[in-house]
Amino acid sequence: MDWLIPLILTVITASTPLLLASTGELITEKSGVLNLGVEGMMLVGAISGFAVTASSGSAILGILAAIIAGMLMSLIFAFLTLTLMANQVATGLALTIFGVGFSALVGSGFVGFAIEPLPGLHIPVLTDIPLVGEILFGQDFLVYLSIVMVIAVGFFLSRTRGGLILKAVGDSHHSAHAIGYSVIKIRYMATMFGGAMAGLAGAYLSLSYTPMWAENMTAGRGWIALALVVFATWRPGRLLAGAYMFGLISVLQLHAQSAGVHVPSQFMSMLPYLATVIVLVIISSDRAKIRLNAPACIGQAFRPAQ
Amino acid sequence: MTGGSKPAQLEVRGVTKAFPGCLANDDISFRIEPGEIHALLGENGAGKSTLVKIIYGVLQADLGELLWEGKPVTIHSPHDAREMGVGLVFQHFSLFETMTVLENIALAMNDVRDMAALRQQVIEVEKTYGLPLDPDRHVYTLSVGERQRIEIVRCLLQNPKLLILDEPTSVLTPQEVEKLFETLRRLADEGCAILYISHKLHEVKALCQKATVLRGGKVVGGCDPREETAKSMAEMMIGQKLTAPDRSGTRKFGDVRLDISDLSLISDEQFGTDLKGIGLKVRGGEIMGVAGVAGNGQNELFQALAGETEIIVAPDCIKIDGNPVAHFGPRRRRRLGAAFVPEERNGHGAVPDMNLAENGFLTAFRRMALSARGLIREVPTRTFADKIIKTFDVRTTGASAEAGSLSGGNLQKFIVGREILQDPGVLVISQPTWGVDAGAASAIHQALLDLAAKGTAVLVISQDLDEIFAICDQVVVMAEGKMSAPRAMADVSVEEIGLLMGGLHDLDGDVTLKTKELIEGDRVGQA
Repeated sequence: MDWLIPLILTVITASTPLLLASTGELITEKSGVLNLGVEGMMLVGAISGFAVTASSGSAILGILAAIIAGMLMSLIFAFLTLTLMANQVATGLALTIFGVGFSALVGSGFVGFAIEPLPGLHIPVLTDIPLVGEILFGQDFLVYLSIVMVIAVGFFLSRTRGGLILKAVGDSHHSAHAIGYSVIKIRYMATMFGGAMAGLAGAYLSLSYTPMWAENMTAGRGWIALALVVFATWRPGRLLAGAYMFGLISVLQLHAQSAGVHVPSQFMSMLPYLATVIVLVIISSDRAKIRLNAPACIGQAFRPAQ
Repeated sequence: MTGGSKPAQLEVRGVTKAFPGCLANDDISFRIEPGEIHALLGENGAGKSTLVKIIYGVLQADLGELLWEGKPVTIHSPHDAREMGVGLVFQHFSLFETMTVLENIALAMNDVRDMAALRQQVIEVEKTYGLPLDPDRHVYTLSVGERQRIEIVRCLLQNPKLLILDEPTSVLTPQEVEKLFETLRRLADEGCAILYISHKLHEVKALCQKATVLRGGKVVGGCDPREETAKSMAEMMIGQKLTAPDRSGTRKFGDVRLDISDLSLISDEQFGTDLKGIGLKVRGGEIMGVAGVAGNGQNELFQALAGETEIIVAPDCIKIDGNPVAHFGPRRRRRLGAAFVPEERNGHGAVPDMNLAENGFLTAFRRMALSARGLIREVPTRTFADKIIKTFDVRTTGASAEAGSLSGGNLQKFIVGREILQDPGVLVISQPTWGVDAGAASAIHQALLDLAAKGTAVLVISQDLDEIFAICDQVVVMAEGKMSAPRAMADVSVEEIGLLMGGLHDLDGDVTLKTKELIEGDRVGQA
């Protein structure tokens, strides 16, 4: 049993950035916007958070900086795709390429810096409970925040008028416009929420997961977060389960190797995408299933008719 | 109905709205009294929709003013309009497919209401006005008539003083139309003003007490529809005499040229309809009409016939002149003498960014020999386009005009002409006169009749029953992906077709068919 607790702890830390980023992307996609720039936004969030924390010594300032940086990145995307009506797929890819380069440029001066990782929670009696204490009560606050956020997003989508309007905009932008909702404004807000969450996910990587800056340190997690949204068929509950499943897969490869099981690491890192493809095939074969959750207008530019 | 002292519910004064290159509304004035059912008539492009959008706050007028109960108002948004008491039932429904009826209604409410309370109100309105709807059904599972009920209930919940309906019956069966009219009459009795927009003149005659006629963005007259005939109102709308299509020449039917047997197909559209065991034979010289409410499998049928959906496993289920073709794509079917005109003009029937000569080339290059050794033969291609333009009176600057620059009616004439001049053995045409003005529509009808007279088998898929009665020899009805047995036009009534169109959807057995009597009465009157 000695290996179990460390395994669970590493699964939590591996899953948290995926959950943060995909929760944001879920809201963005539900409004009908497909932002493929998650990887780029995460990287810019990671370096902003790291740079500000390293310079100021305050992790809170760093996290705020990461959120703002992610939002600014998504604002560029929103302006190009929603106001200028550029193609969302191409713009999203460009945003990722831009984020990779920009974060490397800004971060070149911070390579090799060391900072204190985010402190874990410590509640005297609870955290000291053997076995489960550290898992449940000893994480840093971003872990708890990621779970609170996905629950809040679930509540927002299923129970509030705002959530209904957001889904309406993603389902049929022309209908929403005809009834009198501002499609563009709502999509701006949803896209910026996605940016903020991606920035936060980046900050988690550079401030807590591995408290340092390395070029391209997200290592494809932005893409996994995108895949995760589809894997979860746009449902927050499944998103939470999926994030932890993908987190488990990514950790298992390390543990499998140390346990002497020889599975090529390339195969393991392929698994999240393979799972997503399988889910896509399954949901495409049952049209009723995807019909109810997939935003029908995803990726389409909205041009109000005269 | 109203005293002279009482102000109009809505008065439109001198409303003018210009778009780049066109004056959509030019100094429009009219008034609607409380409790009045007022028709707004006009051809496509006459400015009806623009005017509605101005009244509903989607657009702002450049000039002129709106008076609500005698007081000038400015309506900045649909929200303002609803606040004032204006309800709008959209032509293309403004519904969300993946949401429930109740969620759809909640989305259109100005004030945030408690869902449970809203559900109660919805049920009450449904009871009061006889509009049965299950609040928890998802919209994509509903028939078109049921969807329209959502829009109406949505408006009624706001206690409107003016209800606007934009082409509400174009998607309904005759029985559903009659039920709608009962609801509207009842609302009017309660004092609600109704602005009814339609180009179905028989219905306007049955429902409305006043009419304002628009043409080219201007008001060209008003009338009492009850004292006019459909023909006289149509002539007012188009500003010229209307000639009925000439089908005098008795046609002899030849051999079966299009043979569909046991055609079944799973639709690959997200909200499509599966085809179930379709069978139909169309003989040379015959015009077969396919009636039905939109979304009952007509699109899938067209795609199967045109070869856009290939049926590899059962090549025999579609035969053209005896040749199994169901496994062929469109090009090989065309080679066997078939021609197809889809419903959507821009992007499906024609490439909007290409000019007319190029668009002519695209479907006709083989039969008209417009291509040689892989190269386009420029001169015959232009000659072919010029010939279409001349024969079918397409109003355009010439063969180098972009297809997208033509008006709907003119582009439709060009596309229909392109297929007819190839002298096809089988023509499948979907919604031949949808959104086309009356003049162009009668030209297209005449061309189809002339083509059939030359021995072509013509299959017309249409939602417009008037059109089917005007040109077809036989009719079948599609409902939920199934097809009824063919009936000769001479011994089938609008009522029977309507019942078939309703398919399996619930219908009250004893709806009075005032509309149907009027249509038939009018038809006798015209003959």
